[in-house]
Amino acid sequence: MADFDTPEIAIPLEIPTLNRNAMDHSSPFPAAPAHQEALGFPGELVDDWQTKAIDKLGELLSKSRALQVYMDGCVKCGACTDKCHYFLGTGDPKNMPVARQDLLRKVYRRYFTLAGKYFPWLVGAEDLTKEVLDDWYTYFHQCSQCRRCSVYCPYGIDTAEISMAAREIMDHIGKGQKYCNEIIGKVHKIGNNLGLPEPALINTLEGLEEDIEEETGVVVRLPVNQKGADILLVTPSADFFAEPHVDGLIGYAKVFHQAGVSWTVSSYASEAANFAMFIGSYEQMQKIAERIRKAAEDLGVKRIIFGECGHAWRVAYNFMNTLAGPFDFLDQNYPVPQHICEFTNDLIEKGELTLDKARNDHMSLTFHDSCNVARGSRMGDSPGGQFTIPRAIIKACCNNFHDMAADTINENTFCCGGGGGLLTDDLLEIRTKGAAPRMQALKEVVDEHGVTHMAAICAICKSQFSKVMPKYGFDMNNIVSVHQLVSNAIVLDGQTTGDNAEVE
Amino acid sequence: MVLGTVYAVLFYFAVAIFAVGLALRIRLYARTPAPLKIPTTPAPVTQAGVVVRMAKEVVFFESLFKANKWTWLFGWIFHAALLLVLLRHLRYFTEPVWFWVGWVQPFGIYAGFAMAAGLAGLWVRRFTVERVRYISSPSDHLMLLLLIGIAATGLMMKYVAHTDILSLKAFILGLLYFDWQPIPADPVLLVHLGLVLLLMIIFPFSKLLHAPGVFFSPGRNQVDNPREKRHFVPQTKVPGK
Repeated sequence: MADFDTPEIAIPLEIPTLNRNAMDHSSPFPAAPAHQEALGFPGELVDDWQTKAIDKLGELLSKSRALQVYMDGCVKCGACTDKCHYFLGTGDPKNMPVARQDLLRKVYRRYFTLAGKYFPWLVGAEDLTKEVLDDWYTYFHQCSQCRRCSVYCPYGIDTAEISMAAREIMDHIGKGQKYCNEIIGKVHKIGNNLGLPEPALINTLEGLEEDIEEETGVVVRLPVNQKGADILLVTPSADFFAEPHVDGLIGYAKVFHQAGVSWTVSSYASEAANFAMFIGSYEQMQKIAERIRKAAEDLGVKRIIFGECGHAWRVAYNFMNTLAGPFDFLDQNYPVPQHICEFTNDLIEKGELTLDKARNDHMSLTFHDSCNVARGSRMGDSPGGQFTIPRAIIKACCNNFHDMAADTINENTFCCGGGGGLLTDDLLEIRTKGAAPRMQALKEVVDEHGVTHMAAICAICKSQFSKVMPKYGFDMNNIVSVHQLVSNAIVLDGQTTGDNAEVE
Repeated sequence: MVLGTVYAVLFYFAVAIFAVGLALRIRLYARTPAPLKIPTTPAPVTQAGVVVRMAKEVVFFESLFKANKWTWLFGWIFHAALLLVLLRHLRYFTEPVWFWVGWVQPFGIYAGFAMAAGLAGLWVRRFTVERVRYISSPSDHLMLLLLIGIAATGLMMKYVAHTDILSLKAFILGLLYFDWQPIPADPVLLVHLGLVLLLMIIFPFSKLLHAPGVFFSPGRNQVDNPREKRHFVPQTKVPGK
């Protein structure tokens, strides 16, 4: 990959002037034939790819009201043009949401509309050529499907839906992306994105039990495949080994321990993430969701709780009931599924957790709203619970908290830059540049309020920030899990050691 | 009378294209399944809440307001003025004129200017804002030109070259009751009507579909209740499941 410069942080954030083709060199590694075929896609670009792609587009239009309405409805008002973090970080006009949509829309117009068939020059319609296909592959892999543009669109046009459709079309003509398709294959085969088999998982969690006991003197269990447990915890597999994810997992375990509930992880469904959403595949997404249902049935649990993972929560909250439901075999007194933050916050509100805020006094926190949680899901009973509940947990565990600027949090939040299937080293340049708006907002609260750490509830956000924050002059340990803060603050019954507050 | 016949035929043709084209498009939107819950959150958790959200979107352009104040200002002024102008024009289609259409008349005149000003503002942005210039196709410019032409010729009839409004109304009522009357042969009027008919003809084949489309946008019209109520569309059932 070419060398590149990390963007300078400008305060206030500046809207860049157009820098044509600034990112046209950035394409992800293509999926190998084996990765493609494992998902039932052609191994390489098929001979009649143009016809096949247009047929597939027609099929998707007939199956998705969103795609049909979004293809027709755009008036090119420009409201979205300065909203995408990848545009703000690169200035490449094809990273303006409407221009990204137009890569597909111009083909839609050419083959599916009267105006585009007879007056293509008038309405910007274009044939599907090899150049257009290459543009699709390049720029639909510079969209993290974060939906920020859709918040501002007067018609709610969601570029995520369009980039999912484009990736689905490309998969079906043999032009898939290595990162996503390889990972989806691993989930089907082994049960998680990392390809972590059952013995390794058991071993890892036993190691964590020892760590907790050494730290606190309390035996806190992290059970695997325990039949008859009340709760199935489904969490991103990064929680099992990556930093700071694993500190969050320790936090969940301590909360479950203090709540006195029985819980388990499943090795069969040892992954909350559902990367099939990124490639827009209903079928693949359903297969992964059904693993979770099967695990819940096999283990005989009463509840399903999801760990900290952004798009996993979107799929779980919005789609799982549709894809693999109804979940009438679970206890209907609890939300199906429930987010770990909902679970913890309920306990805090009932006063059932003893939290020593002083143990987090070496940190001053801010909170990064993860895009898929913020704009694609909910927590709690009322709209916006996905914003208030994680903040309530942080404030219950920490004395020092400052939000970032209002136009960069809640539903206006900026993506971390690594979502939507982009969290791969072959896309490090676009990931780094796409993080610029978030880094700018963070720098403001660092400078003005002495914020030292940013908390998040998404495995992708955490991995992405660990990687790119050093490029912006922050430490990789400045990103923390929300349940890491809980883990620090929580006072376990019978705890012998006093201070377990060290983060680094 | 030849001119009257030409415009009468054009009128029926344009109305037919507009009505049938739009109805077919709305039917397509309504029948195409929405397989998954994809409201942009935070979203209302009840159907009544969705009605409120949609009303704020359609009446105040709430999302556009959040996005860009200039585009919102010009866009909202244009649409609000267009509504007033259309209501004012009802007096040419009703006999006796509905009482409230009388109330609208004075506002409708100012609205004509506001409409032209809003359109001009939107068009200026297409040239002056680099990002908007980049995304504009010839049709985006021509659409604004068409609407500005309609507004300008309308205002000309009010302030520059009056047309025979009584004959015009007789012509229009004749169209509605199939009792055809001659049309006043004023060039400005003929251009004004011609542009309006053209607008109606291209409506179902253009981005003007945003008008019905906004009501079918799953990002805006879905209730946020996937855990409480299972969303399932049979057409999307995967074989073997």
